[in-house]
Amino acid sequence: MLNRRTITLNVNGEAHELEVEPRHLLADALREGLGLTGTHIGCEHGVCGACTILLDGESIRSCLLLAVQAEGHEITTVEGLGDSNHLNFLQQKFREHHALQCGFCTPGMLMTATELLNQRTSLTERDIRDALSGNLCRCTGYDHIIAAISEAIAETSGAGP
Amino acid sequence: MKPPPFEYFRASNPEEAVAALGAHGGNAKLIAGGQSLMPMLNFRLLEPELLIDISKIASLKRIEKGSSGRWVIGAGVRHRDILVSEVLGNSYPILRAAMTHVAHVAIRNRGTIGGSLAHGDPAAEWPMLALLLDAEIEVLGRSGQRMIEAKDFFLGALHTSLSEDEIILAIHLPPAPVAWGFFETARRAGDFALAGAGVLLETQNGKISEARIALLGLGETPIRVYDAEAKLEGENLNSTNRAAAMEAAKAACQPMTDLHASAEFRVHLAGIMTGRSLDAAWGQAIC
Repeated sequence: MLNRRTITLNVNGEAHELEVEPRHLLADALREGLGLTGTHIGCEHGVCGACTILLDGESIRSCLLLAVQAEGHEITTVEGLGDSNHLNFLQQKFREHHALQCGFCTPGMLMTATELLNQRTSLTERDIRDALSGNLCRCTGYDHIIAAISEAIAETSGAGP
Repeated sequence: MKPPPFEYFRASNPEEAVAALGAHGGNAKLIAGGQSLMPMLNFRLLEPELLIDISKIASLKRIEKGSSGRWVIGAGVRHRDILVSEVLGNSYPILRAAMTHVAHVAIRNRGTIGGSLAHGDPAAEWPMLALLLDAEIEVLGRSGQRMIEAKDFFLGALHTSLSEDEIILAIHLPPAPVAWGFFETARRAGDFALAGAGVLLETQNGKISEARIALLGLGETPIRVYDAEAKLEGENLNSTNRAAAMEAAKAACQPMTDLHASAEFRVHLAGIMTGRSLDAAWGQAIC
């Protein structure tokens, strides 16, 4: 017997009803259930950071959260930041600094950086590197990502790193 | 991979969780933050019949002062909550420092104290902190509530004295020395520690009146170095007793060789981490 249930997920400000199995990861529910394929799945055990989303404004791994556990929370995915015609402030900084090559890690990087940016405190480069230590990038060597985030934080916190 | 199929039940209080655990006789698992359990499910190292979600139980999220100066931290309190808790930061400043070593931000935002204790990973921070702080772990099972001292709780790697039908309710922290040192070595920020040490020191009239030393990642369980502690008491920290404590720490650990480091290197690190932690704690204690 298929063990399915109907749940409601609040994603990017909209409530969505969908049918899931208890074992379904939030990352899969977002991608397959709601078509929000901006959230990428890499390692499926919480190491690579590609599937990072915001849950009630805090970064979490959507491969380590069951969709059924996400009921009642506010979920923000990369689709909630901007779109290809209207990049948000942080995405624009990534573009200006060439902070991506293949783009696989980028949604996770953006969500992790969004949480940092929302704290509105000035951070050193070391702080930013530590905060990004849970997001793997195999293209850029990180420097351009750090530069993009540093500039975004400097311009919004009122104090540069 | 993806988790195997299971049933899901959201418990609204600890009693419901215990009843569900009891009814499934070892084939049910509790899930809160899921930061250890979910990787194990995704790897299919576990195939439970039932997952009991305790993440919405409000009583597990308390941080409050109990009787005789103890602090009681609910099992559902997250690593992040400890990092930002001013009251705990004042009474146990080592906690805040140690939390920055717990994986990455996104893991700290979900992972809980109860989960880390129940998982019992000897390389994790909470089991070692519980041992260092002489914590007691409050658990509830079908036969009722009981308190387990941290030194009796960790039996082996990923093996604790919790029964199949028991849930951790809270960790109780008695008053502890405030001067602290905490050092870990990992290949990368947030990775599992190759070795780590924590020290707490209390001084009276410039001499050590109480010393505690604990190690993580250096054996099947976290380790207290009781021998070295006793020898430091009544003295200043000096090069002789510092070296003796480092040797005692090295002698107390039994690490494994793996991909990341040899046992020999880990033993070396045990000494170094202990020495640095002693220096840091002593520096605070005498200023």
